[in-house]
Amino acid sequence: MTALIVFAQVEPATAVDKFADATASGLALGAIYALLALGLVLIYKATQVLNFAHGALAALGAYFAAYFVVTLNFPGRYLEAVPLTMQWALSALFAVVLTAAVGYLVERLTIQPMIGEPLFAVVMITIALDIIIRTLTNDLIGQATRSLASPWGTDVVDFGAVTIAKTEIATIVVTLVTLALVAWFFRTRIGVAMRATAFDQEAAMAQGINAGRIFAIAWMIGAGLAALGGIFSSLFPRSGGVTVDQTAFFAFRALPAVIIGGLDSISGAVLGGFIVGLAEVYAGAYLIGETWSFLGVGFSRIWPYLVMMIVLLVRPYGLFGTEEIRRV
Amino acid sequence: MRGRPHLYVSYEAEQALVPTWTQRIGIVVLVVFLAVLIPLQVVPGLKFLGDSDWMTLLGLVAIFAIGALGLHILSGLGGQVSLGHAFFMGLGAYTAAVLGGESGSSLFGMGLPIWVWLPAAGVVAAIAGALVAPTAVRVRGIYLAIVTLGLVFIGEWLFINLGRVTGGSQSGRRFPDLELRMWGEEGEPLLDFTSDGKWFGVELTGEVKTYLLLLALVIIFAVLAKNIQRTRVGRAFMAIRDRDVAAEVMGVAEAKNKAIAFAISSFYAGVCGALWAAFIGRLIPEGFSLFLSVQFLAILLIGGLGTVTGTLLGAAFVTLLPRIVEDFTELLGSTAEGGGLFAPIADLFVATGLEDGGLISTLPGTSPGLTIFQMNLILYGLLLVVFLIFEPLGLFGIWIRIKNYWKSWPFTY
Repeated sequence: MTALIVFAQVEPATAVDKFADATASGLALGAIYALLALGLVLIYKATQVLNFAHGALAALGAYFAAYFVVTLNFPGRYLEAVPLTMQWALSALFAVVLTAAVGYLVERLTIQPMIGEPLFAVVMITIALDIIIRTLTNDLIGQATRSLASPWGTDVVDFGAVTIAKTEIATIVVTLVTLALVAWFFRTRIGVAMRATAFDQEAAMAQGINAGRIFAIAWMIGAGLAALGGIFSSLFPRSGGVTVDQTAFFAFRALPAVIIGGLDSISGAVLGGFIVGLAEVYAGAYLIGETWSFLGVGFSRIWPYLVMMIVLLVRPYGLFGTEEIRRV
Repeated sequence: MRGRPHLYVSYEAEQALVPTWTQRIGIVVLVVFLAVLIPLQVVPGLKFLGDSDWMTLLGLVAIFAIGALGLHILSGLGGQVSLGHAFFMGLGAYTAAVLGGESGSSLFGMGLPIWVWLPAAGVVAAIAGALVAPTAVRVRGIYLAIVTLGLVFIGEWLFINLGRVTGGSQSGRRFPDLELRMWGEEGEPLLDFTSDGKWFGVELTGEVKTYLLLLALVIIFAVLAKNIQRTRVGRAFMAIRDRDVAAEVMGVAEAKNKAIAFAISSFYAGVCGALWAAFIGRLIPEGFSLFLSVQFLAILLIGGLGTVTGTLLGAAFVTLLPRIVEDFTELLGSTAEGGGLFAPIADLFVATGLEDGGLISTLPGTSPGLTIFQMNLILYGLLLVVFLIFEPLGLFGIWIRIKNYWKSWPFTY
């Protein structure tokens, strides 16, 4: 389903080269997981809801991007003079903003009424949302795969030992910029309010923070990050275009990243994303051949879940998660 | 205590399986209706339920009810959110396939009779559930949901790669037939649940026979689930669900009881998976996907979490929903085309031609609007959202509300 398009490359000369190559693509993959995991953790931290509809939102965002870039050529058609990369980035930005608006709507309509309900019910709501959004996106996309027509195409950069696609470099750069933006956001007034709400909701409300608004903002940012992850997971080395199943599967593999890092830890999510990305690529690169044939096909894709279970056996709240204090 | 049904004078009376005479009579009437009146097609207006396609659907309801009862024990009673039900169903199905299926050039199969493979499917799944439990009891809430979600993905990988057992990703395999044999004898089986024939002098179709078998099984499993609820173990589950620390303080062994809940739930799932696979006949390994697990959670929530009656209602509702949507769309389509007073209204909702706009499309393949399948999925999701927001107790809650209204009728309270 999510067949990685493998580079037509010669076998790297040395073990070091092979390792460097795998590390580079692992980091690029990890960056996508980190983006998706970041959105999940942000929503969870602020609202105590794990968003199972993240994959659907990611696919929707990627579809919006494809629609803006290819179908509408918006805002590119008004900005002929601007370089192509810039036009594409603006379209992607619009897609992210639109998805954030969808996230806001979803929160207001379905999550807001559920505040205070048991965890089971809220999880189920997001699963139901996943089904709805995914089906609608599927219908919007139609039968064919939608191309994102990225300005980098299938170009690769050759660093000698390491061959890396330009889109992968873009992914890493965008992830780093996003992380910086999120870090900056937490220092703004709203960001501080969000941290306060996450820390102690009642105390925050007593200080005059509108918790409901904070929830909505968290969902907006989370959905925006999902769209960003969705867009970059639909680019060249991962896929030929936007399909719902593929993007949704990406989001499901971001779940182990979130758990490994700890559900309520932002830095944990980013680290978890990179751990999962690297683990997946290393498994794909090294656990092949005669010796490992018993692992069969698709092992690199479920391997993150095994890593997650091992981590949970040792640390039930992930690497950086806060232990829940249980009271009678 | 006639006339005062809620006055209990002993603990036994309060814990009784069916405490009141109304319920006892009601259950007998319901069983007679399901087991005799529907297959014989004697109820006016409901004769269509005895048709082959409806019998198949009702059989499916019974199968899903068994699986949902299993999840009811784990999630409804034990309070543990599990998304791994599909994995245990898969284990049960493939145990059944290995023990009861026919062996081929590239497939394992031992051809044992149903009384071996059906219980074995449950037992193997239960053992797997008990093995998973040590990891599962360490984590709680969302963490548990994701661990069990991981199980589904790991299971899918396992099933795809165990080609000798599952037939592999593309082709799948045939599952054993629903028939009762003593032990590998040739020729006609003792009881055949799939082909037409006479039972007790009544000519029955294969679908009806399968339905009757599944109905009997679902009754057994429902009574079993209800009884588990009334035992020491069942009360321990509920204590853990309501407040785990408090339960532990009072001497309820948390880890042990959670493991038992996982094992029992997996047993049900295994049996359900084996029956489902045998019922469908042929399945690919990807059939045991996350969506299947979600479907069981949906059954629980739509029916009403924590009650056997609600679980059964939910199973019927969720399984029959696609058919109802399909029939309704067909009705809309024929109304739109047939003309008359309601034609314009129906035409708004349904797209009957390529150029015609509308929400749902009756045309196959690429066309404007959503296909019936997509409409089903969306309705399914919407129903879940609506139920969770407006009626958290589900169909059972609605039933209780109706009951309470009539209890004091014509007074408001």
